[in-house]
Amino acid sequence: MPLGLLKYGRGSDYPFERKPDLPGPRDLKSHYDVVIIGGGGHGVATAYYLAKHHGITNVAVLEKAYLGGGNTARNTAVIRSNYLTPEGVRFYSASVKLYENLANEFDFNIMYSQRGQLTLAHTDATVRAFRQRAEVNKHFGGRTELIDRQSIAELVPCLNLDPAQLPVLAGLWHQDGATARHDAVAWGYARGATQRGVELHQLTEVTGIESHAGQVTGVSTNRGKITCGSVIQAVAGHSAVMAQKAGFQLPIVAYPLQAMVTLPVKPFLNPLVSSSALHCYVQQTSRGEIVIGGGSDPYPLYNSRASLPLKESLIASAVDMFPFLSEMRLLRQWAGITDMTADYSPIMGLSPLKNYYLDAGWGTWGFKATPICGQTMAELVASGGQVPELIQPFHLERFDRFQQVNEMGATAASH
Amino acid sequence: MTPPRLEHPFGQLIDRDAPVTFEFEGETVQGYEGDNVASALIGQGRWLISRSFKYHRPRGPLSLAGHDANTLIQTPTAANRLAEDLPALEQGAVSGQNYWGSLKTDYYAVLDRLGRFMPVGFYYRAFFKPRGVWRFWEKVIRNAAGLGVANLEVAPRYTDKQYLFCDVAIIGAGPAGLNAALTAAAGGAEVLLIDEQVRLGGALTYHRFTLEDDIRAQTLEALSNAVANHDKIRVLTDATCNAWFSDHYLPVFQGDRLYKVRATTCVLATGSSEQPVVFRNNDLPGVILCSALERLLMHHGVCPGGSAVILAGNDNAYLTAITATEAGLPIAAVVDLRPAPDDPTLIAALNERSIALYPNATVYEAHSDKSGLQLGAVTIHSIKSQGHVDAPILRVECQLLAMSAGYMPAYQLACHGGAKLAYHDDKSEFTLTQLPAGMLIAGSVNSVHNFNAVCADGRNAGRGALRALSLQTDSDETVYCEDKVNHPWPIFKHPKGREFVDFDEDLQIKDIINSARLGYRDIQLVKRYSTVGMGPSQGRHSALTTARLIANATERTVTETGVTTARPPVKPESLGVLAGRRFHPIRKTPMDERHRSLGAHMIPAGSWRRPAFYGEPQNRAACIAAEAQAVRTGVGMIDVSTLGGIELRGPDAAEFMNRVYTYGFLKQPVGKTRYAVLTNEQGVIIDDGVAARLADDHFYVTATTTGAAQVYSEMLRWNAQWRLDLDIAQVTSAFSAINVAGPFSRDVLEQAGCDIDLSAQGFPYLACREGLVAGIPARLMRVGFVGELGFELHVPSLLAQSLWDRLMSAGEPFNIKPFGVEAQRLLRLEKGHIIIGQDTDGMSHPGEIGLTWAINRKKPFFVGRRSVDILMSQPLKRQLVGFTLSPAAPKPEEGHLVLRDGDIVGTVTSCEYSPTLDKIIGLAYVHPADTQPGSQVTIRTAQGVCVQAPIATLPFYDPDTTRQQL
Repeated sequence: MPLGLLKYGRGSDYPFERKPDLPGPRDLKSHYDVVIIGGGGHGVATAYYLAKHHGITNVAVLEKAYLGGGNTARNTAVIRSNYLTPEGVRFYSASVKLYENLANEFDFNIMYSQRGQLTLAHTDATVRAFRQRAEVNKHFGGRTELIDRQSIAELVPCLNLDPAQLPVLAGLWHQDGATARHDAVAWGYARGATQRGVELHQLTEVTGIESHAGQVTGVSTNRGKITCGSVIQAVAGHSAVMAQKAGFQLPIVAYPLQAMVTLPVKPFLNPLVSSSALHCYVQQTSRGEIVIGGGSDPYPLYNSRASLPLKESLIASAVDMFPFLSEMRLLRQWAGITDMTADYSPIMGLSPLKNYYLDAGWGTWGFKATPICGQTMAELVASGGQVPELIQPFHLERFDRFQQVNEMGATAASH
Repeated sequence: MTPPRLEHPFGQLIDRDAPVTFEFEGETVQGYEGDNVASALIGQGRWLISRSFKYHRPRGPLSLAGHDANTLIQTPTAANRLAEDLPALEQGAVSGQNYWGSLKTDYYAVLDRLGRFMPVGFYYRAFFKPRGVWRFWEKVIRNAAGLGVANLEVAPRYTDKQYLFCDVAIIGAGPAGLNAALTAAAGGAEVLLIDEQVRLGGALTYHRFTLEDDIRAQTLEALSNAVANHDKIRVLTDATCNAWFSDHYLPVFQGDRLYKVRATTCVLATGSSEQPVVFRNNDLPGVILCSALERLLMHHGVCPGGSAVILAGNDNAYLTAITATEAGLPIAAVVDLRPAPDDPTLIAALNERSIALYPNATVYEAHSDKSGLQLGAVTIHSIKSQGHVDAPILRVECQLLAMSAGYMPAYQLACHGGAKLAYHDDKSEFTLTQLPAGMLIAGSVNSVHNFNAVCADGRNAGRGALRALSLQTDSDETVYCEDKVNHPWPIFKHPKGREFVDFDEDLQIKDIINSARLGYRDIQLVKRYSTVGMGPSQGRHSALTTARLIANATERTVTETGVTTARPPVKPESLGVLAGRRFHPIRKTPMDERHRSLGAHMIPAGSWRRPAFYGEPQNRAACIAAEAQAVRTGVGMIDVSTLGGIELRGPDAAEFMNRVYTYGFLKQPVGKTRYAVLTNEQGVIIDDGVAARLADDHFYVTATTTGAAQVYSEMLRWNAQWRLDLDIAQVTSAFSAINVAGPFSRDVLEQAGCDIDLSAQGFPYLACREGLVAGIPARLMRVGFVGELGFELHVPSLLAQSLWDRLMSAGEPFNIKPFGVEAQRLLRLEKGHIIIGQDTDGMSHPGEIGLTWAINRKKPFFVGRRSVDILMSQPLKRQLVGFTLSPAAPKPEEGHLVLRDGDIVGTVTSCEYSPTLDKIIGLAYVHPADTQPGSQVTIRTAQGVCVQAPIATLPFYDPDTTRQQL
């Protein structure tokens, strides 16, 4: 047992630190320097870095429901950087680097677990694409390689290498691939931000954006109006809806994304495994549950309901990959809403409204970007709108200027 | 020796003439057919079935209704099966799980003593300092977590699925559901009645409802006979409706079958879950719910040994005591949390039976027997105030404690449909509101508890369903129920803790409260931080207590606090049954058998299978080279049936073509083909093919194998907007195609017999003709993908195999050789032809890949015109070019990077060794400044070896393009 736990054994009922992790509810002030809409991972991470790196603490994070209750709570917690474009790889690699040290920085264990991620190729077209991803990754210092069937069998002995009449030809092995306790990431950031003076307001829904002469001046909420110097919207799943309130459109289509989890069993699967052809992703959590995810639902919808057809096809794929899963039991299925962009990259940076900053279009790749996103968005706001180099490729105008950053091939069911 | 059981009317589910045995933990257990593993074990006096998740405390059954995690056991094939869900009959050897040592002596149980060092969420607070140690602790924690052990060797069993349709689906066949079913069926509705138990009746099969027990048996018989004999009611017993999906789509699991039920309306008569009292050691084996005791007695005839204490939060628990007495189980005491029962006659009933009653009191602590593995005694205290007790009244030796603190509606299905829960302080009870349209609820799930009211409520639900179906029915009965069945605060904190709120996750009162104190105030955060309700039973016995505790700790109402979201499934469900037969259709061309008998190595192409090459995989390179050689010097043929085929007919066909594809098609002469490129609205190339104009109003267009379905649906989508006068038909399967290519291809067709003038003048390059080949009606196109004289023959699929055979024999004198996809790839690369999807990606536009010639300059519109124009006016970021290398150079692989000053500028998209040219040739995206022939580009090959490759002029082979025009 680690010594850190001994202090809890003194026998009192409430053997905790004097301060709670999260402060209780409080009144809204009439003005903040910065308002962050959305108390998910990205929102609280931005608040954290604003306070920590830039000394900006007159900040309110407004969350319509509860901390980290949107896609931060619903995603399947994949952390990886094996993308396709140099822009993407640079950005996500920076995020992975930040993740590695986050628990110690927070003094709060986010259970970051670098188990590696394996993506299976069943066609030679995919092998070509994987080779390119491996090469791009290596170029930027990532640990990614194309491996053959034999190596796959050694890495994941319980994997069926000939599923669904689609023999596995090769695999993209991304040693840097990891997972973490997703809720704890949001909690760690929120804890660090609020300890530095940031206010987190849950059950506070932004109902409108106030502006004057092309510049944002405040927000109205279900708890009254607030004026502010700048606003960041970080509302994955509802980005286009919020942007509409701010008076402009985002090229985003929202699709539900479902995932499911089994009853826990003793550990048998270390890496995160996904199949490009079966559109299925399987990993085992530290609790022992098998998390199964896949591609988005086939049609756009603003609803996080679960559905039977997707469950049937996804589980069929999971059983194809790991036949023995057929004797396991499914505990729960859920859904989130993903903001898909045309090029499978995010939209970050400036918006048509001055001092209104965008952190949007996070599709199925938002969780892994949380730290770098918070850091770069904070830098953007603190500098009064100087876009950090790392996120310049993700500007909104790229869709008008034909400067897309295409990550379609590197996203799909790998998340 | 078979174990003794109670006589009739007890033990209704077991067959006393059919003893069965199985093994548990290596010891033989005896029971009867109709027993489950749990009832058989208790029948032999064994309460210990599992070890708990975190502290490894001994656990035994709680609900015996399949609703808690205390009886999860291991079978040879599966982990985490509920003992009460496993028939004793079918079991071989089963065992407990999640222990180290044995179930009785679990060395991990030391964690129970260390519990105080592990407060709620302890893993967030430690194990990561100094940096790096987490890697070690993570393994330890992962091994301690998890429950059973997955058997990695088992193969999926055969399971199947069936669709069912009904007017009314009724879930739950208790008194409410049975009445609803009869009313709905009498009104003319087709009814599907679904129940988890093997026998109809729900609580009627075990609960007496009245002191005299004068209604249960005859009501049960009357209702179940009426239902069983009704031709409008179909019954599924031993079946679980595991979710409600939009528009009343219900997955029902019955054994290894999944029924997918589409109902017009549905009635939930799902009942409620009895709730435990929260006190110290309330998790000891032998501490069960009142309904569990009733099930043991009435269903299985098992009368547990020793004496029992009843802990009552409502009048129903008194009835349990009476039933138990009738079964001969000595009741040491009835302890009532209330000052008195609501029905005063119950006091007399206890007196008559000499049962001691302790009103306004609670069991404050349970004690284990000498073994430490099951209940031995309880301490009774009188209640001072809400949740607080006075000094102990007495300690009672007992082997069983049955408790009932109240009920929680079985709200899961309703909440899947968006219903909400509201808490009623006067009844201390959650009630469902905001049901989705077409859903009705009846009985105790509707917070109706009085027997007559439950029946009336069921009939009203039947009437409601009839109204929803626009069928005639009479007006509703008045449902009147004042019964209070929930105690407002059956929660007794003990200084030493171990009062379990959540048995699945080993959470005590302080764990819940501390979560809120740490700032995790929202019920969802309480769940996520403490893990309450995240276990196998998904909070069935913890949600109510948690809501009360958190409401109290955060000074909110219980309604405001609420419960966490109910998500499907209701009960853990089999992945194998969900997966079903795992249908993976593949498409075969009519020539598939021929390919296989020729020894083809088949590879997937979308859902199709195509020959990669003909021969053994170890001779791959030689086979491909020989096939390519045949095409270059003799003649070859390839099955190209997988190409998409789309027919466009009608007066506007040319106009439509002109709008969809980039080239001009209005003036395309009949009898000619044109290369057809498709861009999307972003100007990106998404597909290509050949368009043959067969008549003024008739085009036949091919699409790529994997792109065909998308091209067709895009066409339909566009014409849904344009409303042009034409028909669009996908004929990919109706037509099959063979490409005959090589210098002797004309000779082969002539040899086979062809009524078309095949001469260079009569049938020039890029022309198309219709006629007979070997007596088979065919569409012929002179196209040159592989760069030789060639004819593509499209014929009705039924005749394609026969055409193949005739061409093979006609080609015999010319040594015709079938060739596969690999040789085709090599040949087209030599000719510099691109493959969409391989040499293009999601960003490629015509300017980047040298296809500007395929863009009509004049026409004002085609899909993507605006974007293509903008892209073409911008400086290029990259360009696709050909490169060559000497055969001795390290061969770049497709996907390798092109570098410039250390930066990535592009990638190799195609690369082969060309035997014809004796060179390595390839296509790659390079920097626009490096595209002139003779420029050198840097390609990083395997192991980081960089090669300098000179840019070459395309095509590599036959630069003057004379061969295909012969």
